[in-house]
Amino acid sequence: MNTSQTGTRQTGTRQTGTRQTGTRQTGAPRTGASDTGAASGGRAADGPWIGRALPRVEDERLLRGHGRYVDDIRLPGTLEAAFLRSPHAHARITRIETDAARAMPGVRAVWTAADIAGLAPVVNEAELRVPEPLRRELDPLVRSLPHPLLADGRVRFSGQPVAMVVAESRYLAEDALEAIEVDYTPLPVVVDPDEALLPGAPLIEESWGDNLALEAATSVGDPDAAFAGAAVVIEEEFRAHRHVASPIETRAVQAAPGAYDGRLTVWSNTQTPHRLRDHLAQTLGTAAEAVHVVAVDVGGGFGQKGIIYVEEVLVPYAARQLGVPVLWREDRNENLTAASHAREQVHRIALAADADGTLRGLRDDFVVNFGAGTFTGLVVPYNSVVHLLGPYRVPNVDIRVRAALTHTAPTSPYRGAGRPEAVFAMERALDRLARELGMEPVALRARNLITPGELPYRTGLLDRSGNPQEYDSGDFPQLLRRAEEMADLPAVRERQAALAAAGSDHRIGVGFAVYLEATGLGPFESARASVLSDGRVRIALGTPSQGQGHRTSMAQIAADAIGVPFSAVEVVGGDTDTVPYGVGTIASRALVTAGNATHLAGRRLRERILAAASARLGVPATELTLDGDAVEHHPTGVRAGLAQLVAEGHELSETAHFHPPGFTFAGGAGVVVVDVDTATGEVTLDTCAMAHDAGRIVNPVIAHGQIAGGVAQGIAGALYEEMRYGPDGQPVTTTYMDYLVPTSAEVPDLELAEITTPSTLNALGVKGLGEGGAIAPQAAIANAVEDALAPFGVVVRRGPLTPDRVRGLLREATGTTAPATV
Amino acid sequence: MKPGPFDYIAPAALPEALRLLSDTERDGKVLAGGQSLIPMLNMRLARPELLVDITRIPELDRLGVDADGALRIGASVRQSTVAADPAVRAGWPLLAAAVERIGHPQIRNRGTVCGSLVHHDPAAELPAVALALDARFTVARAGGSRTVPAGDFFRGTFTTDVEPEEIVTEAVVPPLRAGTGWAFRELAQRRGDFAAVGLAVLLRADGAAVGSARLVYCGVGGTPVRVPEAEQALVGREFGAASRSDAARAVGAVLDPPGDVHASARWRREAAEVLLARALTEAWERTT
Amino acid sequence: MNVGTGPRRAQQPPLPEPTAWHEVSLTVNGEPVAAQVESRLLLSDLLRQRLGLTGTHVGCEHGVCGACTVLMDGVPVRSCLTLAVQAAGADVRTVEGLAGDGEPLGPVQRAFHEQHGMQCGFCTPGFVMTCTALTGRAERPDEETVADELSGHLCRCTGYQNIRAAVRQALDESFGPQEAE
Repeated sequence: MNTSQTGTRQTGTRQTGTRQTGTRQTGAPRTGASDTGAASGGRAADGPWIGRALPRVEDERLLRGHGRYVDDIRLPGTLEAAFLRSPHAHARITRIETDAARAMPGVRAVWTAADIAGLAPVVNEAELRVPEPLRRELDPLVRSLPHPLLADGRVRFSGQPVAMVVAESRYLAEDALEAIEVDYTPLPVVVDPDEALLPGAPLIEESWGDNLALEAATSVGDPDAAFAGAAVVIEEEFRAHRHVASPIETRAVQAAPGAYDGRLTVWSNTQTPHRLRDHLAQTLGTAAEAVHVVAVDVGGGFGQKGIIYVEEVLVPYAARQLGVPVLWREDRNENLTAASHAREQVHRIALAADADGTLRGLRDDFVVNFGAGTFTGLVVPYNSVVHLLGPYRVPNVDIRVRAALTHTAPTSPYRGAGRPEAVFAMERALDRLARELGMEPVALRARNLITPGELPYRTGLLDRSGNPQEYDSGDFPQLLRRAEEMADLPAVRERQAALAAAGSDHRIGVGFAVYLEATGLGPFESARASVLSDGRVRIALGTPSQGQGHRTSMAQIAADAIGVPFSAVEVVGGDTDTVPYGVGTIASRALVTAGNATHLAGRRLRERILAAASARLGVPATELTLDGDAVEHHPTGVRAGLAQLVAEGHELSETAHFHPPGFTFAGGAGVVVVDVDTATGEVTLDTCAMAHDAGRIVNPVIAHGQIAGGVAQGIAGALYEEMRYGPDGQPVTTTYMDYLVPTSAEVPDLELAEITTPSTLNALGVKGLGEGGAIAPQAAIANAVEDALAPFGVVVRRGPLTPDRVRGLLREATGTTAPATV
Repeated sequence: MKPGPFDYIAPAALPEALRLLSDTERDGKVLAGGQSLIPMLNMRLARPELLVDITRIPELDRLGVDADGALRIGASVRQSTVAADPAVRAGWPLLAAAVERIGHPQIRNRGTVCGSLVHHDPAAELPAVALALDARFTVARAGGSRTVPAGDFFRGTFTTDVEPEEIVTEAVVPPLRAGTGWAFRELAQRRGDFAAVGLAVLLRADGAAVGSARLVYCGVGGTPVRVPEAEQALVGREFGAASRSDAARAVGAVLDPPGDVHASARWRREAAEVLLARALTEAWERTT
Repeated sequence: MNVGTGPRRAQQPPLPEPTAWHEVSLTVNGEPVAAQVESRLLLSDLLRQRLGLTGTHVGCEHGVCGACTVLMDGVPVRSCLTLAVQAAGADVRTVEGLAGDGEPLGPVQRAFHEQHGMQCGFCTPGFVMTCTALTGRAERPDEETVADELSGHLCRCTGYQNIRAAVRQALDESFGPQEAE
């Protein structure tokens, strides 16, 4: 049976029932024997599986080295692809000569744009779609720039693929790349998004006439009046800098034409396998079901693998043309220069407030750097729009966003996807306002937080789907209080004063950032629950895992829904043959959408099992209980095994789709205490803490791991990582020597507090939490550094806060050049 | 990111290795630990035709103290071996401390001390330390060998006095005079990275005054940079805030560091002054 | 089934290679291996592509990320910065060698599992090999040494906290609980 159900939306009742289950979490989450004993597969006699800190079932295989990432799957005779990439940011290609390369040892084929003229360029259509209500209400400009599979006459960013070589090994393929001759005529370049929007800027797409890829504007209330009548107005420019997802496993795709079934099997580490399947089928001119996409064992994605890339189309194409398996595994240099970048936004933000700090209005006019393409349309820009206000009551709002094309690598969502950028602008602006008002920043925040009694709360904006944006549940004041406690604010202020009085080189500062995150993006997700021949249950999902532990958490959900032991459930995600359609693991949506689909499918499967057993045993279903791998009729003790029922021809499978009725809001408050060495500019994190609320927690160990990992990426962006370009469009940070992913030595332990306000928008009460950890740190750290350096008059307007940049800020603010040297 | 093609030979004796390198038909390059060379091969920034692996030559694997009390480090001795060696730790603590700042342990388990010196990345720790310690190098070529003092060895970024057909067979580090204080400090954004600025300090006390001083930076020029002006600001004066800040001022006036992706020239100059003040104090505390 | 007893023969390279070839013998996970390799073949590729030991991962190929770390003669090294031919005569251990089929996980592997010191699992074998070398030392390495060794690996998923906890657990198991400082 294939049915569909929409979750219930409890808009009528106010959700105020915050359960304070908050356990203060310091150090690594413990997984004591009492928690894990049941993992061996006993009954859930001591309550539901959901909520238990079970260790992950996916670990053992990976720990033995038996994972199968794409590059590990090398079928016999697999050829390897390598790409010749543009060394120029913008140039005309006047000649490509591949004869010498074709004659190189081991080379099977070389393709240039001329050889694939019939193949459609890549357009990430699903991501570029504008929801109808948004189109109706805001009428945004959303332009699409198709990505040619190989540069056709012109290159638009350094790193763009120009030619593809397929050879008997990567070594030989790279040898052949060196033998390809390309003549380029360099053209003018623009890398800065503001400059790109100026008249006369070099054009990325000449036919457009300008570089404006997207524009949207929205307003709430009467912002002009609010600003005119406000006691205080602050205006600032804040820049979120470009950095990248940088999963340790780079992109990879292997394609094998099927010798016996004629299908094309594609192993890709994509986050959206069904979208890739459909895209490949369309481009290659074949039926969707003739393409089988498998995305298992993926080494991190963080959004970078959530879009369709030209290489993902070219490699399957090559395999089909040559009739043999072809593999491409991106190298780190390619990943840093040619996989999507993220985060770069320039905000011009203004806040209007009463003298007591009550917010009257917000204005923000911001520009997103799209790079040389339109990977995702509104996704990141509009995400920033709808996350700017965060947990605060802002009655009057005026926001405009524009996106600019530039001669840099195209950008796409990266963990947080527009939220860290918006939160950076808003939370920095709040600290500037607090400074202006002479208020403790935490007090300013507390004054403006939406209270639980006001929920559900409508901001007046439209959400990403075009519906009125509504915060469903939460307790934002409590999040902030918990963060404040963890920082021990009075003690910090005391130490701060003492260091200042002593004239120390070292200064400390505290910074907060509070955020909300709309999670559980629709339109739907699917789950198929089936009893297998051995009586075990398989859950097949449209959502692959890139390390989030779905095999464990989804099995916990299924075990509860069906009433079988956790150990009897196996989970398959990311294989397009197992469910007809899925959207994918992006946008903090898998737990909400696939989790609830699993719950629905499990509940229905339970009914189906009981009905089958009822028919088989000739007793009423109401007298039956599921007990391990069998159904038992208690009054008589007769049993029907699940394996037996399947073997006797009972159809024991159910597919369910969950269509979320709206976004459910997770949230958090981050706080850091930093130590700044004013002599060297070095910033050290003394305290790094987060209070978060992601609704009902399915597996605390996994959930805390997700938060901690997100926070680490936020710290990375705040202090270390920047993807830099020269003014000529040449990428500068193209290796791990220059692009500084932090090590264990740079990332401190995270202190975590948790509150739980269950989602009112789905039966499980869960909210997404994959991205949350990454949202606050950049703002919190910037706020803390500014707080530490406030006596010098420093204002932080962008990251990363490297020693060099911090010293620059101090020099600029104090007008002195010499550092303290004693 | 795979190396281009090359031949590889691992001779068992030095003369054979030297003969291979003197073959003008082929562009040969010495391979020891490979921790600097192989990344360049993988990125195809280096394209030798022949790699001569010298790690199978027994005589180059020696580490020990000679009759003059000097430390002799053979060409294939790994960095981790040097850092862990009790004699090195006792007699050449500056060297041991600097080696422990090279990359990560997994790199030092393969990388060699001599290899790092010959590679001469200007941000690397060892060239500065070699200069501070007055090390000298035995440079062999077919038919002979010569000795090059550290002061003449480092010519420019990735360039030394060693010719393509030559092999540095050992680094010789004279003994430190008893009572010498030392410090090695560096600033890098991540643990294990090359120093944005690094500094090796040797100090001798003469009562409350500084008897002698040696200050050598890495990361601030194409070669390790010794700053005699700052040394002079210290020597013969009572050690204290005044002489330290004079020395720092001299550093600020003399250094002309480069700016790059990791740090601006200006930051490097400032940081060099801060490092100096801090390293001097540390080194002074170690004088006896 | 007749199980062979001679050295295992690596799969012949399937390609014409414009450079010199070498016959190398080494030990991999206790098993003698003879392989014909081209000069430029990286040890990581010998292990992964010729010997099928794909548990050793490749993340950057310039020695920073540490995913490719294996033990060579007992110490952790980057297999992406080691030529296969340089490994001639060496004793190489990979993650596959830590617990045999049917055997329970080794103490280091178990610690990463129990402390949730892993998410996507891609960097994990490298961390596990470095940690294995630490637990195999004669005496417990100090905190500074452990921190130094761990900094030779990048993890993008965990934020490192649980990795540090896993390493502590493994060290506690090898050397007894650490004395309070």
